[in-house]
Amino acid sequence: MGMTMTQKILAAHAGLDSVKAGQLISARLDQVLGNDITGAVAVDVFRAQGFDHVFDKSRVNLVLDHFTPNKDIKAAQQSKKCRDFAREFGIENFFDVGDMGIEHALLPEKGIVTAGDCVIGADSHTCTYGALGAFSTGVGSTDMAAGMAVGYTWFKVPAAIRVELKGKLRPRVSGKDVILYLIGQIGVDGALYKSLEFQGEGVAALSMDDRLCICNMAIEAGAKNGIFPVDETTIAYLTGRSRRPWTVYAADPDAEYEQTITIDLSALEPQVAWPHLPENTHPAREGKEIPIDQVVIGSCTNGRLEDMQTAYEILKGRHVAKGVRTIIIPATQAIYKECIRRGWLEAFVDAGCVVSTPTCGPCCGGYMGILAEGERCVSTTNRNFVGRMGHVKSEIYLASPATAAASAFTGFITDPTEAE
Amino acid sequence: MNAKGFVHKYPDNVDTDVIIPARYLNTSDPKELAAHCMEDIDTEFVKKVRPGDIMVAGFNFGCGSSREHAPLVIKTCGVSCVIAKTFARIFYRNAINIGLPILECPAAAEAIQDGDEVSVDFDTGLITNHTRNESYQAEAFPPFIQEIISAGGLMNSIKQQNKQ
Ligand code: SF4
Repeated sequence: MGMTMTQKILAAHAGLDSVKAGQLISARLDQVLGNDITGAVAVDVFRAQGFDHVFDKSRVNLVLDHFTPNKDIKAAQQSKKCRDFAREFGIENFFDVGDMGIEHALLPEKGIVTAGDCVIGADSHTCTYGALGAFSTGVGSTDMAAGMAVGYTWFKVPAAIRVELKGKLRPRVSGKDVILYLIGQIGVDGALYKSLEFQGEGVAALSMDDRLCICNMAIEAGAKNGIFPVDETTIAYLTGRSRRPWTVYAADPDAEYEQTITIDLSALEPQVAWPHLPENTHPAREGKEIPIDQVVIGSCTNGRLEDMQTAYEILKGRHVAKGVRTIIIPATQAIYKECIRRGWLEAFVDAGCVVSTPTCGPCCGGYMGILAEGERCVSTTNRNFVGRMGHVKSEIYLASPATAAASAFTGFITDPTEAE
Repeated sequence: MNAKGFVHKYPDNVDTDVIIPARYLNTSDPKELAAHCMEDIDTEFVKKVRPGDIMVAGFNFGCGSSREHAPLVIKTCGVSCVIAKTFARIFYRNAINIGLPILECPAAAEAIQDGDEVSVDFDTGLITNHTRNESYQAEAFPPFIQEIISAGGLMNSIKQQNKQ
């Protein structure tokens, strides 16, 4: 029987001709990743076991993005643990204040992850890199520590769900709307333990930023990973960027899928996930009665250049609604600099927004935009769980950058296709 | 290996932000973190929980972040086992890796109520409800997980393999 794209990558990294769903394998890792929260725990585990070197200094990544620039003394201590470790063990891909960005925006941008890779990261949104045609999945800190030590780990080969994309998105509808819609259809455990394999003629018209956003939220449907085929868009993105040669894997025509879901991109309207689960999706136009206190545009889901461009196009020459605190966070230093160069940051400030250095910040309720009791935020992040951005009685509405920017302007949840 | 204790019951989709809110993760000290376990949905939990107690929940327990702090704080609070209809996959991995026993058993998760006294036999997967005089059969751990557990966690099992 044929294999899915995910299964092919896993088989190759396990040194096997073929694998099937449910099989337990030991696979070689191309990259291992951690951040200031999970990396600090992994460092403790690694040291406690007395390992004296990592398996490959160029394949271990530490990105200090969650609580940096350090928000308090405890966060500083935790980051220091990672900083000391990186220095002592000669970690080449160590990214700290000044050259860091949010990990899942940074690794593709720097060409560290490439097509055909097998990657684990001690962060659930490691599944983002499936956009590049890689297998990548989130694990815990002990997994990370073990991966850093030996360069391989165990996996259970996942069964698959095929997501067949047709047509082309309308203006102001984006990858975020696609993934929110899909999660609304299958639920937050709809793809539990499985891979989400995106296919179909609709793929061609999706930009790399759209694909990265879609794969980023595969975990929000419980999936082990999300993955896109490698096409011209992928090759164009990797060319001149990828630090290693890449390998293109394609699904066999007779690969097995447990389920096929078809999405007509041309019929899709902007989606918003109401609190407190990403599956609680509604068309954005149903939000007209919902006034908001804050808007966040950023995160590993939507802090990329296209997201900034959308926000700029909607907010330039305008002013955000009175009482709506609008926080814009470009995801990496390169994106931040490009926004400066193009004059977008000035436009944001003129529109009454604040702009932050790259950081996860409010996405996980760390700092830089914490909500009080009863406050509502439209956010381009990926989770609207209870208490995620602050008080347990605050509310997060997940949306695309277009919807978030349009909502910042009106002061309530707004469909960006109706607003202009 | 066995567990016995009183049950704290929770609904479907208990996420890692509820188990241990990210706002506290500027430390990785399990004891400090354990004081906030479950506080966003059950402020009483850390006051009520006794060593050996068992957590029971619905579908997709532990969804959300990859933070290993989640199973770690549950374990640090003294919980001896978590029984759920299903677990989110990273939580499942993490629980095994740090040595928190977990069992998937929809029948048990449905029937067991808050406050019931329950015991679990990990070798056979048998769950006994002493309050209701019922028992439920969960699947025992697959062999590779048993190997990790018998080695005392993932790191130890890797060290053993490396020596061979
Ligand atoms: S931006 Fe949010 S979801 Fe992404 S890595 Fe940071 S905390 Fe996690």
